[in-house]
Amino acid sequence: MIFALAEEATPGTVAGFATEYMWAVPLLPFLAAVIIGFFGRKMGGKEHYVGIFAVGAGLVMSLIAFAQLAGGNAAVEASYTWFRLDDSLELEFGMNYDFLTGVMFVVVTTISLLVHIYSTGYMHGDKRYTWFYAALSLFTGSMLFLVIANNLMQMFVGWELVGVCSYFLIGHYWEESPNSSAAIKAFITTRIGDVGFLFGIFVLFVATGTFDIIEINHLAEEGELGGSIATIGALLLFCGAVGKSAQVPLHVWLPDAMAGPTPVSALIHAATMVVAGVYLVARMFILFEHAGAALNVVAIVASITMLIAAALALVQDDIKRVLAYSTVSQLAYMMAALGVGAYTAGVFHLFTHAFFKALLFLGAGSLIHAVHSNNMSDMGGLRKYMPHTFKTFIIGSLALAGIFPLAGFFSKDEIVGEAFRAASEETQITAIIVFASAIITAFLTALYMTRACIKTFFGEYRGHGTPHESPPSMVVPLWILAGASLSVGLLGLPVVGPFADWINVPGETRHGFDTLYNIVLPLASVGIAVAAIWLGWVLFYKERRQVDILSTRFAWVYRLLENKYYLDDIYMGGIVRPVQYPLAAFAYWTNQHILDGIVNGTAHATVGAGQGVYGVIDQQVVDAGVNGAAGLTGFSGGLLRYIQTGNVQRYAAFLFIAIAAFVALFGLT
Amino acid sequence: MPVSYFLVLSALLFSVGVYGVLARQNAVLVLLSVELMLNATNINLVAFSAFFQEAGVAGQVFALFVIAVAAAEVGIGLAIVILIFRNRQSVDVDEMSLMKW
Repeated sequence: MIFALAEEATPGTVAGFATEYMWAVPLLPFLAAVIIGFFGRKMGGKEHYVGIFAVGAGLVMSLIAFAQLAGGNAAVEASYTWFRLDDSLELEFGMNYDFLTGVMFVVVTTISLLVHIYSTGYMHGDKRYTWFYAALSLFTGSMLFLVIANNLMQMFVGWELVGVCSYFLIGHYWEESPNSSAAIKAFITTRIGDVGFLFGIFVLFVATGTFDIIEINHLAEEGELGGSIATIGALLLFCGAVGKSAQVPLHVWLPDAMAGPTPVSALIHAATMVVAGVYLVARMFILFEHAGAALNVVAIVASITMLIAAALALVQDDIKRVLAYSTVSQLAYMMAALGVGAYTAGVFHLFTHAFFKALLFLGAGSLIHAVHSNNMSDMGGLRKYMPHTFKTFIIGSLALAGIFPLAGFFSKDEIVGEAFRAASEETQITAIIVFASAIITAFLTALYMTRACIKTFFGEYRGHGTPHESPPSMVVPLWILAGASLSVGLLGLPVVGPFADWINVPGETRHGFDTLYNIVLPLASVGIAVAAIWLGWVLFYKERRQVDILSTRFAWVYRLLENKYYLDDIYMGGIVRPVQYPLAAFAYWTNQHILDGIVNGTAHATVGAGQGVYGVIDQQVVDAGVNGAAGLTGFSGGLLRYIQTGNVQRYAAFLFIAIAAFVALFGLT
Repeated sequence: MPVSYFLVLSALLFSVGVYGVLARQNAVLVLLSVELMLNATNINLVAFSAFFQEAGVAGQVFALFVIAVAAAEVGIGLAIVILIFRNRQSVDVDEMSLMKW
């Protein structure tokens, strides 16, 4: 493959030696997927080494290239013409390696490598082990292909590839019909958004005549692409982001996607694929900025999403569903940050969230591996049995809740601070909404994570058998991610952290130290989180002991509480429930009945239309054509066979007649 | 003597051969008729060779080749006829319609 280096490199800087070869990084996992797919069965359970090697090499390259970028080397844009219809339409495969790509590469390869390693323990003995690793590698390659794309068409190709890998992996245990239904649901729901994405690409192509991302952004900045067509284009692109990043109203697929194996949930449905939507908005951010009300729409949708999802996370019993709704809500956080123009903060939250959410999911996987159930009602008291999982899960939960000095604190505070800045200094209505939603969501986040931790690690064990700690292949990735969750936040330290130097929009000025933004707001937000944790502790744990004492005296209360599923919520929720539970239940009901109904209705309509097409077009038109052609051939053949008498003399007679005819025709004229 | 005499003789001989191939029922006579047709072409070749001297003796040499090939052909043909006779006690070509549908 020949890549022509772009001439746009800033004068005085040169591209680093590794950055020029970053196109090879997506190829490695693709290659690994092909090797595992074709030869994996002969490797006798060693196929994961292929994937681990490919992704590991990708991680090393990503780190070197990122170090070169940070060290002052130029970003690289290069492309290879795939085909050209005429001068007006040219499709390219290209690479665009800058800081945003670099950050995504580090995140994707790191999480993917850890998940590859973790899965050797988690998926051990699975009957589709080979297939699992092939799909995992294929996913990693597709995601990197999407991220490195320099044009929207290539990005769309990668976008669909990650979608189909997600489908494969959600349906990994397809023997049980809910799992395959979940896979189909995820695929169809995201496809609805993808239609918008594709039309957005068309609109932008018609308006600008190019698929090139940098060029479209540049034209938007220059004002040559603007007005309603830019708004329409940006909103259509956002449709794709809504589907992929599970924003309202297309968020319904993500909780169901938890049917897949837990490492897959960690890699695809928490840390990487679902942030593709956020990445798309970030990548096209300059277009969104110059596209009228597009960013406001992003902010409002994200605000609604984060509240609805965080409320839902409070009432789930399945630990993976708690985390899934949490993911939806945190993705909305990133979107909201972009919506109020806080580009750096949004991308930074994407970066930190990937680590601690992957940690939480892998921790949940470790729990599920031990107790063989997804339900928190089958867990409890596990801190005694699984000390490593317990410690790392608590670190992840604190990071998610935004407690100082963990990763979530810095990124979440930056978003809250930026929303507050936009609300107070520019008095944008949307910024005020985002700020309010972000504060409430921060409270709810700390509350539901407290509930999840208490229900899994504290109290008495409620499941069957004796749980045991997971093997080292699973615990080591947990500790690595815990270390990352503890430390990566420091990259985004206000004022001095390097992250804002790497990721910024042109013309964005870096804020200096400010008591309000750097002391008061963080203190307030940590205070809110701590209050939520305290409240959760009281509601879900401390009062529970009171319940046990009271239950002996008031047997009828005890019997009432024995009604399993809402044990905690019915009694302790005496205060919380009137406010929170109906709201959450209503949201859940809407979610399950109305939104799912629409999706299911669409599916039924599609099936009906498919059957109609089969009955009429396929059976009556296409088949009639095929059968007719065959019948005609048979009939004419039947006529011709009458001259095949087997009589040699008659054949010879035909021969002579024919020759005589030809002579008469050509010879005598 | 003009060349047309030889060509007419050749054409008549060839027509007799064609008639024999198409009309006779005895396979041996069909083979003989093929020989007649081959000899008709030989007459043509020799006649043209004699009348157009500048072409050398190529026509006559070609006639010798035809005679040799005809000998081989009739050898194989008679062998087939004998085998058919052994199998079916008949050399009637109307009965040899094994390739019929």
